[in-house]
Amino acid sequence: MTTDARVHDEPLVIAGRSFRSRLLTGTGKFGGPEVLAAATVASETEIVTVAVRRVDLNDPDDRTLAALDTDKVLILPNTSGARDADEAVRTATLAAAIVGHRWVKLEVTPEPDYLLPDPVETLRAARILIDRGFTVLPYINADPILALHLQEAGCATVMPLAAPIGSNKGLRTADQVRIIVEQARVPVVVDAGLGAPSDAAASMELGADAVLVNTAIATAGDPVAMARAFARATEAGRAAYLAGLAGQSVRASASSPLTGFLRDGGE
Amino acid sequence: MSPMTLTINGDERSFDGDLTVAELLAALDIRPDGMAAVHNGAIVRRPQFDSTALADGDELEIVRMVGGG
Repeated sequence: MTTDARVHDEPLVIAGRSFRSRLLTGTGKFGGPEVLAAATVASETEIVTVAVRRVDLNDPDDRTLAALDTDKVLILPNTSGARDADEAVRTATLAAAIVGHRWVKLEVTPEPDYLLPDPVETLRAARILIDRGFTVLPYINADPILALHLQEAGCATVMPLAAPIGSNKGLRTADQVRIIVEQARVPVVVDAGLGAPSDAAASMELGADAVLVNTAIATAGDPVAMARAFARATEAGRAAYLAGLAGQSVRASASSPLTGFLRDGGE
Repeated sequence: MSPMTLTINGDERSFDGDLTVAELLAALDIRPDGMAAVHNGAIVRRPQFDSTALADGDELEIVRMVGGG
């Protein structure tokens, strides 16, 4: 029953590739390889993000990602840590050498406190990477005009933030995301800050094509159960969007008949 | 065989004799999967690890995939 919403749905198509799941997950902050692998399975995701970092020569055997079933999920490297376009391009190029494909989640975050994406450098990096044959999924502030520029540049998606990365504050940018959804011809993936499954559902209800969740799953009391909850919420939100939400009104509108009340002849 | 000093991820390390990238990774206990190297500025992919020879004074960056969002 849980897959009803998807049975009647179109797949999510990014750069010509189809995905049944509309929940992308991150792989950071998990307690270990086993819980990461189990949560990834429970989320039913088909796209997981990873980062690229220097190997620590004093602790070279990082096995965090070793248990991931890479036949079932697309590994989407990010350019996290890049402070400008040049660093992002360099990270993306290294990432492509590792994963053997050219899909990249473009992140350019010049300041460490809020990790907000730099729109100018993100657009510059996107143009360079697209020119070099990359499929670019840019992480952006929820700026509809920037989203249009990135779409025009040839990005495969736009990924507006809900709230700062890892903040779990929920969909604080709903009005802006709504405009982005209205204008976008590429999939809109709400990324960063979604703290609860209801935030994922809310994003999908207003027409986002997908959501990306990491911290809210990885740091939950039970990450595997939370991954499952996010999967259900993402499906529920998508199903609600497809069903067409009923209109709101200020005054009450009775759901029960307004005739035949028992008080007239009762007691 | 003469000793060879390499700069790896910013650290200087000395080794006895000639090494390829693959041999260096083995010496450092680094699994070769999920990673790439930058040898004097040029990217080296896994299939080239065996055939890429290192020389005294070379600079190497070794990067890998880690968990991220």
